[in-house]
Amino acid sequence: MGHEHILKIFRWAGGINFRSNTRKIWAVLIFLSIVTAIEVILGIYKPAILVENYFLEMKLLNWIFIILTLVKAYYITWDFMHMRDERSSLRRAVVWTPIFLVSYLIFILLFEATYVFDIFKEGFLAWDF
Amino acid sequence: MDTTVTTGEEENVWGGGNRPLGASYGKLMMWFFIVSDALTFSGFLASYGFSRFKFIETWPIADEVFTHVPFFHGNYPMIYVAFMTFILIMSSVTMVLAVDAGHRMMQNKVILYMFLTIIGGAIFVGSQAWEWATFIKGDYGALETKGGRVLQFVKADTGERAALADFSKTLPEERVKHTMSEGVWYQEEGYQTSYSLNEVIAGFQANPNILIRTEKINEEGEKTVLDRKASLGRLKDAVRVVEGANLVRNEYGSRLFADFFFFITGFHGFHVFSGVVINVIIFFNIIIGTYERRGHYEMVEKVGLYWHFVDLVWVFVFTFFYLV
Repeated sequence: MGHEHILKIFRWAGGINFRSNTRKIWAVLIFLSIVTAIEVILGIYKPAILVENYFLEMKLLNWIFIILTLVKAYYITWDFMHMRDERSSLRRAVVWTPIFLVSYLIFILLFEATYVFDIFKEGFLAWDF
Repeated sequence: MDTTVTTGEEENVWGGGNRPLGASYGKLMMWFFIVSDALTFSGFLASYGFSRFKFIETWPIADEVFTHVPFFHGNYPMIYVAFMTFILIMSSVTMVLAVDAGHRMMQNKVILYMFLTIIGGAIFVGSQAWEWATFIKGDYGALETKGGRVLQFVKADTGERAALADFSKTLPEERVKHTMSEGVWYQEEGYQTSYSLNEVIAGFQANPNILIRTEKINEEGEKTVLDRKASLGRLKDAVRVVEGANLVRNEYGSRLFADFFFFITGFHGFHVFSGVVINVIIFFNIIIGTYERRGHYEMVEKVGLYWHFVDLVWVFVFTFFYLV
């Protein structure tokens, strides 16, 4: 287990080959800051087009927030925690286990919550008094 | 019986000599701890999602709750949390630079970067303490109905939120906080609101400019404001004044909102705090040259993994508590 790092990242943008690990770290910082700034600006201004349109019963704006969060999580794990340089066996053991379990948990809880909401709304149950 | 005897030199598959995941024992265990801790936090956030979807039409709007920035007056939603996020990402960067310097055995650089990481963590914990204090203190005050719903107040002409102090009357009521020294020894009270229910109701009836805002979110994504007649009718349901937040009730809306706020940000803040403590221990170990003598700085790498994980969790808390 050496300390060699994969220095070519941002492959979706054609790939940028950094000269040193330090340069790569600063580039990731700039990238994460830009993503956070986009989130904050969208959160403050809330463009109407993103708030009024829905995809799978969730506002487009919220989809954007969640996708940008996953993007940030990817770069923190891959470049700050050096997951990019680990073996694929370790990477899969650590990453896929939570993704599988958490997706299941989220699906089951949100599905159930929507059902409870409907019962509160349509059922003969007074709670707003 | 010779199969059970293993010698240190044996480097075959079953002799314990190979490392299929290519990571040392310590790093591997840190990764496994992170996986289990990630599942714990996911459980918290998913249950937050459950409660929120259950009360999707009445859940408080985070932008209206977290609007304060220290040393500045006014309404600045999200700015302070964005600052906290940036601080944590920044301290993650100094941590990964410390790890990088450790790989190259540059003791002084590791010391500097670890120091900056600790400072960043301390700023973050301090910011969170301030955020909690502001949240607990509250700013406008509200009434609570029999059914536990929260009624807030707005000014009819400007549409701005109205604080209880803006319109409540001061009535000549005798109201002494019950304490042991006041004689009512069996009835000690927790806290006393600055206005009594009667004072708020009398002030509301006398001031036609004040309207009631309910928890219900309308089609524009804003809280519903009742007209004056409906407001006066709704006022009859009120049973107590609420200022600020605690685990039982809060002035922002759904009770679960404050509970989850305290629980999730508190659990994360505890992680940051313990991360700072661990970082300080490693920091002193670096200064006295422990890892220089050991020949590698893998310990810095391991606490680094934990520290980045704390940052990672905050990214999700930030999204699901403040943005979505």
